[in-house]
Amino acid sequence: MGRERLERYSLVGPDSRAAVDAGLASADWYRSAVPRKRMKELMRRCDGPAVRDTALWLGLMIVLAGVGILLRDSWWCVPFFAAYGVLYGSASDSRWHECGHGTAFRTRWMDEAVYRIASFMVMRDPTASRWSHTRHHTDTLVVGRDPEIQAMRPARLAKLLANFVGLVDVPVAMRLMVLHVGGRLSAEEADYVPESERPKVFRTARIWFAIYAVVIASAVVSGSWLPVVLVGGPALYGRYMLYVYGLTQHSGLGENVVDHRLNTRTVRMNAVNRFLYSNMNYHVEHHMFPMVPYHRLPELHEEIKGDLAPAYPSIWAAYRELVPAVLRQLKDQSYYVRRELPPGARPFHEPSTVNDGRALPLIPA
Amino acid sequence: MPQWIPACATDDVDPEDVIPFEHAGESYAVYRSPDDVYYATAGHCSHERELLCDGLVMGGVIECPKHNGRFDYTSGKAMGAPVLVDLRTYPTKVEGGTVYIELA
Ligand code: FES
Repeated sequence: MGRERLERYSLVGPDSRAAVDAGLASADWYRSAVPRKRMKELMRRCDGPAVRDTALWLGLMIVLAGVGILLRDSWWCVPFFAAYGVLYGSASDSRWHECGHGTAFRTRWMDEAVYRIASFMVMRDPTASRWSHTRHHTDTLVVGRDPEIQAMRPARLAKLLANFVGLVDVPVAMRLMVLHVGGRLSAEEADYVPESERPKVFRTARIWFAIYAVVIASAVVSGSWLPVVLVGGPALYGRYMLYVYGLTQHSGLGENVVDHRLNTRTVRMNAVNRFLYSNMNYHVEHHMFPMVPYHRLPELHEEIKGDLAPAYPSIWAAYRELVPAVLRQLKDQSYYVRRELPPGARPFHEPSTVNDGRALPLIPA
Repeated sequence: MPQWIPACATDDVDPEDVIPFEHAGESYAVYRSPDDVYYATAGHCSHERELLCDGLVMGGVIECPKHNGRFDYTSGKAMGAPVLVDLRTYPTKVEGGTVYIELA
């Protein structure tokens, strides 16, 4: 079962070709109607919100790490490092995301600088992950095409659970870094990273490798875990919120549907979670219009919510749906949560047995 | 044989904006800079053929609505991943309130 499942989702397996043949790759995705002038207004860039949020993010990390270091000989350091870890290991994910799209700031170099810092923290090569995320946007939840499907059918439950503390992602990231240091890519990366971009991947890996070598050497020399607690370690112990948020995005929803209203969740979150997650909880809106900066997504939500399935009122509400769905998919892989569009919404276009969300195997067994 | 084709009225496109133009089954994008100079490029992004007219124009750059790829619309130059192939550009001229583009 494990091998078959991985083959279905593999970007270099037979389902990848079948998805292309079925017209699911680079398909024409549904977009809600927004008046042109209003959309141009929502797309406008400014630096203010992202400068404020980045200063708060990095500033808090410095303060929390500083207090943690001062209290390092007592258990009182634990809550400070725990909070630091979430900012490092989880909040970095949405910074990687927003700055990777180039929409957080108006000033290009600011996007690029924060993107690189966040990529290091979340342990994703900035070049390769930019290409993987590009594919995720082109072919969201298309089996055999999307490299970023977290909950497969059936889900790899042990992997998902272990990843709340980075036990799979981090070793995989380390293995990829070593591969890149040696001037090679994985087979999947080779599918989406163009030749001309590869030297950047190798250069970054060599720099990161040197940083981790210094961190580990200083831990050994000083006989203290502190350097690892501050750099690298939070990708493990601070990663859990990345998954708490991330699993709400698409888990249990329709695959192969070419309509983000049916394969993506928008979840209402409180201000702290929205800060940590950079408003990525407005995920349908982001997928439909990726050029709208994160701080304008609540406005975009108001603009198009009449055309979307209702937003989930809380993280808890999303989990009450997604956990049973993912568990049911362990046995029934054609099961998925069918999102109902509200009265008045434009209908899902061209549903067929290929793209109605069930994601039946496209190739005969 | 190159010829000048009327694409739009000068007022059809706002400063720092882009509009689509179709001719003989091909799509083009017509831009107006903040200082009222008009430019024209291919209408589709060179990455995955998204229509550029739905994108964002900012400081001489058009950003594609699909993956936020950027081009210098004055030269067609691709400005980094995920767009790696430059856009084709076309000469423009304004006569009597009409923007013309020169097509081969
Ligand atoms: S289609 Fe334009 S950047 Fe991908």
